Amino acid sequence: MTASRHAFHIAQFNLARLLHPLDDPRLASFVELLDPVNAAADAAPGFVWRLTEDGANDAIGLRPAGEDVIINMSVWETPRALWDFTYRSGHLDTMRRRREWFERHLEAHLVLWWIPAGHRPTVEEAMERLTDLRQNGPSPRAFTFASVFTAAESAAEGSAHAAQTPVAAPAAGSGGTSGA
Amino acid sequence: MEDIDAIAALQDPVRRRLYEYVAAQGREVGRNEAAEATGVTRTLAAHHLDKLTEAGLLESGSRRLTGRSGPGAGRPAKVYTRVRQERTVSLPARDYRTAAELLAEAAEEAGLDAGLSAAARRRGEALRATAPPCADLDEAVRLLAARGYEPYTTDTDDDTGDPGGGRAGVVRLRNCPFHSVAERFPPLVCGMNLALLEGLFGTDGPVRARMDPRPGECCVVLEDSKNNEH
Repeated sequence: MTASRHAFHIAQFNLARLLHPLDDPRLASFVELLDPVNAAADAAPGFVWRLTEDGANDAIGLRPAGEDVIINMSVWETPRALWDFTYRSGHLDTMRRRREWFERHLEAHLVLWWIPAGHRPTVEEAMERLTDLRQNGPSPRAFTFASVFTAAESAAEGSAHAAQTPVAAPAAGSGGTSGA
Repeated sequence: MEDIDAIAALQDPVRRRLYEYVAAQGREVGRNEAAEATGVTRTLAAHHLDKLTEAGLLESGSRRLTGRSGPGAGRPAKVYTRVRQERTVSLPARDYRTAAELLAEAAEEAGLDAGLSAAARRRGEALRATAPPCADLDEAVRLLAARGYEPYTTDTDDDTGDPGGGRAGVVRLRNCPFHSVAERFPPLVCGMNLALLEGLFGTDGPVRARMDPRPGECCVVLEDSKNNEH
């Protein structure tokens, strides 16, 4: 499934602030869904990769944005494949119940960006993209489902090549201030 | 073509039957099939199918329906599908869509999922009024068709389906009546839609609504509560 004809893949990063600690009974219904939903993602058309913590099957233990903030990062062949999994699969039923488990978001909590196929984005890179989105709004460097840019637009800006270096942000914007 | 002209193209009764037949199939339909299904000649069907395509209500393509290719396979046949773009006319002019989008945006930002679902459930219950809970899937199909969901029945398709007898059907919904707002705010609006149908069918009656989204369809399916314990 990782072999792909696309030169660029779409990376997705989002975070959610828990209403209660993960071991709280009020979060039990969410915790139960982690494995099945992750398995569904792994098997979904267009899935490429998702972030997992060393020795674990998910990223639930990683807390780079705060003790009560869980994160999720994955890579897909196309935005459509990601959209179909997020909103047109069993995953939607989980999202429908988001208010039972997560605080409502006051600022952008999901960011999309293009990466060269084969690249595995880091959490630092993802936090930078989210910061870019929050500070500058949607751009070819960092965008949302409501404002998808094409891989060509990102490539034209040189912003799909953040593999090693921090986001260069060559065009508009105040540049990358501290990520995390 | 403007919406009012496209819709006016459906005034002809044969054309309208053809449009409704193609729309209900959810797949490509050839001229012969459409003619047979609507009881008109192939020539007349072809004429009206092409008029519907000109009006922007159908899309046409060509396909070798026999599945053969190469010499001897014959000419590709013309096939038709329904165009997904929605057409509306309101006299006097109304713009409920903008209102719906703005209300949904505000509800999303304020995190009003629970309140919206409660209102939708009440609405579903009010639509059901004093009628007894929907008795079976056939009745569910009629109710849902009347509300524009374009229901169709399929076999259970989950891998856990028992191979023995008593295979319960599932009613899937080809059309989302809330499509444009559902695309923009899926968890909010699809949650609302599920609650509306739960209100309409009840949660302990013979027919049960649950979420089972698929690309290109409404997010909800209806099933016999007895035969599908999840």
